[in-house]
Amino acid sequence: MSVSSATTEVVDPVPGADAPHLPQQPDLVQLLTPEGERVEHPEYPLEVGDEELRDLYRDLVLVRRWDVEATALQRQGELGIWASLLGQEAAQIGAGRALQPDDTAFPTYREHGVAWTRGVDPLEVISLFRGVDNGGWDPVATGFNLYTVVIGAQCLHATGYAMGLQRDGAETAALAFLGDGATSQGEVNEAMIWAASFSAPVVFFCQNNQYAISVPLERQTRVPLYQRAAGFGFPGVRVDGNDVLAVLAVTRAALAAARDGQGPTFIEAFTYRMGAHTTSDDPTRYRLASELEEWKLRDPIARLKAHLSRSGVADAAFLDSVEAEAEELAARIRRGTTEMPDPPGTAMFDHVYAEQTPHLAQQRADFAAYQASFEEAGR
Amino acid sequence: MSTQTLTIGKALNLGLRRAMEDDAKVVLMGEDIGRLGGVFRITDGLQKDFGEDRVVDTPLAEAGILGTAVGLAMRGYRPVCEIQFDGFVFPAYNQIVTQVAKIHARSRGKLALPIVIRIPFGGGIGAVEHHSESPEAYFAHTPGLKVVAVSNPVDAYFGIQQAIAAPDPVVFLEPKRRYWEKAEVDTDATPDPLFASRVVRGGDDLTLLAYGPMVKTALQAAQAAEEEGRSLEVVDLRTLSPLDLDPVVESVRRTGRCVVVHEAPVTLGLGAEIAARVTETCFHSLEAPVLRVGGYDVPYPPSKLEEEYLPDLDRVLDTVDRAMEF
Repeated sequence: MSVSSATTEVVDPVPGADAPHLPQQPDLVQLLTPEGERVEHPEYPLEVGDEELRDLYRDLVLVRRWDVEATALQRQGELGIWASLLGQEAAQIGAGRALQPDDTAFPTYREHGVAWTRGVDPLEVISLFRGVDNGGWDPVATGFNLYTVVIGAQCLHATGYAMGLQRDGAETAALAFLGDGATSQGEVNEAMIWAASFSAPVVFFCQNNQYAISVPLERQTRVPLYQRAAGFGFPGVRVDGNDVLAVLAVTRAALAAARDGQGPTFIEAFTYRMGAHTTSDDPTRYRLASELEEWKLRDPIARLKAHLSRSGVADAAFLDSVEAEAEELAARIRRGTTEMPDPPGTAMFDHVYAEQTPHLAQQRADFAAYQASFEEAGR
Repeated sequence: MSTQTLTIGKALNLGLRRAMEDDAKVVLMGEDIGRLGGVFRITDGLQKDFGEDRVVDTPLAEAGILGTAVGLAMRGYRPVCEIQFDGFVFPAYNQIVTQVAKIHARSRGKLALPIVIRIPFGGGIGAVEHHSESPEAYFAHTPGLKVVAVSNPVDAYFGIQQAIAAPDPVVFLEPKRRYWEKAEVDTDATPDPLFASRVVRGGDDLTLLAYGPMVKTALQAAQAAEEEGRSLEVVDLRTLSPLDLDPVVESVRRTGRCVVVHEAPVTLGLGAEIAARVTETCFHSLEAPVLRVGGYDVPYPPSKLEEEYLPDLDRVLDTVDRAMEF
């Protein structure tokens, strides 16, 4: 008895590089194929000028170079840890560039690309991973909240913030970032219930990078993540997370709907974490090299570069200038990191409360006196 | 001067109303607080007068209440969250401890979270599990939070307004079994500061410390002790984080003896910290170790046993006796 292999249908859960329109994934929004071919989607038309295309490319290259430099700095002992965004550049730049200046983003701890789009200096992100502070940027001035490390907790903050926007009559929106693992958190589900019940102007942007550290998506969900939105009563859409144009178009549309009073949207950006979860992780223990090779063919930067070159939007001089700028950025990050001073010990007492307590003021004074006693002894 | 007789519950209701009138950014959030007015009716009538955007009947999820309050506070609002019962605060514990308490420090002071978390706490009402607990130590142990407990209508009326006006997150503990206790409240009076303890009865022989529902018990114990010829000074701690022990230290240096009363289990309760600090500051004045009387180190028992579990007048006096005889 033999079993014919023809009877076994294998459905690839991953969008294939060899299928521009991904017939096995009819719900995946894509505007740029992995080969760099521009395609249209009936629901997400995108008018994008040549300069904007070049800017997007520049964003992608620069944040990847930043990421590579930060990983190197960690390896050399300059950072305690680094959470790499490698492979997720298009998802983050597309989402970040969809924001308007008055919108507010609520990131996890990996949204360095979004930080970049909000004008946060890379060194203000690096300082967190160096252990100098918990993020050096101004969350109010940048509209980019501080990183939240407890998985999914920021989704409720974004929703509450959006409820505040409603009360203010503001025509702006909140953009909550989360990962595939976070969709299992109770708080994330509560955030979606709240957002739906109050029709809050918030967009949930889930980067499905296929793994929650080592645990694959199948342990988090039995249905495609974007389909969960239907259960909460608002639209869900799956976008090719390695296609910066599609992410831009889908996120823009969702944010516009939110600002327009149409309530929340859930976006699943289908992507892949090319690196480790963090520099402390070893992905070879839980995933195959072949999987990585497959995803390399869908690289977010290579496909935009191919499109720019093929369409004549960018010439070699432009591409070279971006490379040169990336090297300058890396050098600045390296210099700024190694020269970054440690904070004074007393800093830990200074912002626990808006109104300092007598007890903590005393503890601070005792600590300062204790430290000073060493300096005295050293003289 | 406008003086009226108010219960603690009504004083809270009026205090909330006053705070909402004074500041349009004050938003109340909680389960059943709108149309129903809360299971204890503390928010009675407020939704009718201030609307559904300012008195929000939330979905039934405590983490959601606290997490969205964080976002509202980031947008400039002053959320006042009602947790229906003490034992139901734990689903929100993550948001309170990892976010509410830390965001001011995380942002180096750029984000303030003036959130009030109202919790009816303590036992004595014959309730089922999770409705009679005293979770204050969890919050007092968490840097970044402030914790207060009111014991009377005057502090309830002014305290809730002061907590709402405070720039830091405040866990505001309401003694649920005393909600119906009455007192005269002069709403035009100048209140004591929120983060200050207060001597509520003078005495010479021993200093008795209590807060929330146990203040009344402590005062009753002091009254009974007086009939036996003992003079107890009673301090209403009022603020549990930060502790205000200056009046306590002054008192213990005179009396030489100190007993702390609370409903929460004694092990690692507020009494433990107070005993340590009083010992550090009053060591040479103490005639006896600082003693604690509180709940036993068991889960809050079924209500038929709560009278045995909770400190009452007799157990307080028994502990006072031990301190006096030491």
